[in-house]
Amino acid sequence: MSPGFPNRANSASRFEKPGYENDGQECPSYEVSMSLTLEDPRVIEFDVRTDEMLVNMGPQHPSTHGVLRLLLRTDGEIIHEITPHIGYLHRCAEKIGENLSPPQWVPYTDRMDYLAGMNMNLGMALAVEKLIGMEVPEKAATIRVLIAELGRIASHLVGMGAYGLDLGTFSPFLYAFREREIILDLFEEVCGARLTYSYITIGGVTHDLPDMIPIPPGLAALTKRNRNMKVTWLQALEMFLDWLEHRISEYHTLLTRNQIFIKRTAGLGILTKELAVSHGCTGPVLRGSGMSWDLRRDGEPIYTKMYAGYDFNVIAAPFKEAPREVVLGDNWCRFYVRMLEVVQAIRLVRQAMAKYPKAQGEYRIPYKMSAKLPVDEAYLETECPRGAMGFYIVGNDKAEPFRARAKSSCFCNLSVTAPLCEGFLLADIPAIVGSLDIVMGEIDR
Amino acid sequence: MTAEDLHKLLVGEFGESKITGSNFAAKDPWIEVVVDAIVDVSRFLKHDERTQFDHLNDLCGVDYFEPDLKKVAKFTHQPHVEVVYHLTSYSLRHRITLKVKVPRWKDDATKTLPDVPSVASVWAIADWHERECYDLVGVNFLDHPNLRRILCPEDWEGHGLRKDYEQPLEYHGVRGR
Repeated sequence: MSPGFPNRANSASRFEKPGYENDGQECPSYEVSMSLTLEDPRVIEFDVRTDEMLVNMGPQHPSTHGVLRLLLRTDGEIIHEITPHIGYLHRCAEKIGENLSPPQWVPYTDRMDYLAGMNMNLGMALAVEKLIGMEVPEKAATIRVLIAELGRIASHLVGMGAYGLDLGTFSPFLYAFREREIILDLFEEVCGARLTYSYITIGGVTHDLPDMIPIPPGLAALTKRNRNMKVTWLQALEMFLDWLEHRISEYHTLLTRNQIFIKRTAGLGILTKELAVSHGCTGPVLRGSGMSWDLRRDGEPIYTKMYAGYDFNVIAAPFKEAPREVVLGDNWCRFYVRMLEVVQAIRLVRQAMAKYPKAQGEYRIPYKMSAKLPVDEAYLETECPRGAMGFYIVGNDKAEPFRARAKSSCFCNLSVTAPLCEGFLLADIPAIVGSLDIVMGEIDR
Repeated sequence: MTAEDLHKLLVGEFGESKITGSNFAAKDPWIEVVVDAIVDVSRFLKHDERTQFDHLNDLCGVDYFEPDLKKVAKFTHQPHVEVVYHLTSYSLRHRITLKVKVPRWKDDATKTLPDVPSVASVWAIADWHERECYDLVGVNFLDHPNLRRILCPEDWEGHGLRKDYEQPLEYHGVRGR
């Protein structure tokens, strides 16, 4: 048997690989098949036998969501082994964090998960506040909830749209970006940036919410209002939410209950609860496997306190309304968790909007760039759209942290690709990896 | 279960010689475990009815060292490398932090990396976290299934998060500094 071609000499072993349908009969050994006549169909099958092939999928493959390289060992269409190679977007964020004071490091957290910059800022700010024992005023906390949940909506919209794109449908992506555009317009009015906000910072947020703004052009067009109209920021948000709420059922028609979509997602990439917990999966990936764990409810007090008094549900599989092909923990469940989380996020934003005008205190407690961090350490995880993002800050009586660690949620979620994809078809990889909703910027940091 | 109770439980189970330190006043209370007991302690913490730490939140390394000779006098820590394990129990809803302290180098002259037994057999995610810790902090995890660099290229030299790390001047024709 030649070592370079593991399945060549012993053809029987190839029937034992996962994914092949073995009808229970004994596979003929190599010697036996040699003695068969040419008319025997099995001989013909052995003649067209394929060798294993190594295929690089990525790092420029469009459905790998950035610069992920998957090294596949395939036998025809079937994946025998899959090895993710990461690190193409490694920008040494942790090392940079050791040389900057925490407010200076906030912009680097934007660039980790660039689809949910607000949520990343929040996680980082809260970890430092936990370390220095700071408590933000009610007004700052209200703005944070409002902004973070809006960020969650924007991120899940991209997650939904891009997942449709992975599976070959283009229109949901365009609709998702149309909606997200308005959220970005609103964020731009708040802090001036559209993608890398650095808005939530240590001690609160950098600015108060704006008062009068020109109506975002996209919103004016969608809701058929005068383009030159001036509205308050909260009114514009209200208009947008009213409009968005009615769109959600359209997404369900487009994707969730679409037969083609169900065929591509249901019953595929089944992640059991045990596997998810052992691989440290968090966020929608964990909840799609049937574990009801959301750090907004189950996290540490400094974080859950922010959400105290808000009414929202933690979404976790299984779902009563799921199509009958769906299995607990499959691609469809993970996708649907995100869809329902958008509804919950809208509820949270509305509650924060109602609280905001009456909220007490300032929008920010000043924090000096040169303030020394205590000789202590704090680790805090927050619920980002993609999972539990952890920041670990070690202080050493200096303004710069001694160690700044960002534990990525997608890093852990990505580690399940190998057990999920092996034995499935090549075409299922985009469906499985896409359902994990990864952002390479966060994995590589 | 509070950190004090966990500490008592672990000392009762493994003895003072294995559970060498603790800090309950820290923001995240931690327990220090001797390096060769970390796998047994981890397995106990995961499987025991009273602890059930089924989730490894994070595993990372910290290099305690001050390379600047002028600042060494003010540096309060003994030079060492720490591996920090953050654990959560989903069912019992408690958290704990474990620490393992090893010297910065197993052998100072040859700059051999210190050894820490791998916990990848206890929590599957530790596989990737340990690869990252090896890559960036420079800890050699014993009995690891696949200890290769994960973020840096395979032929990279040095470990970026070591405090005395020096960026290479040149990497395959690309200027470094």
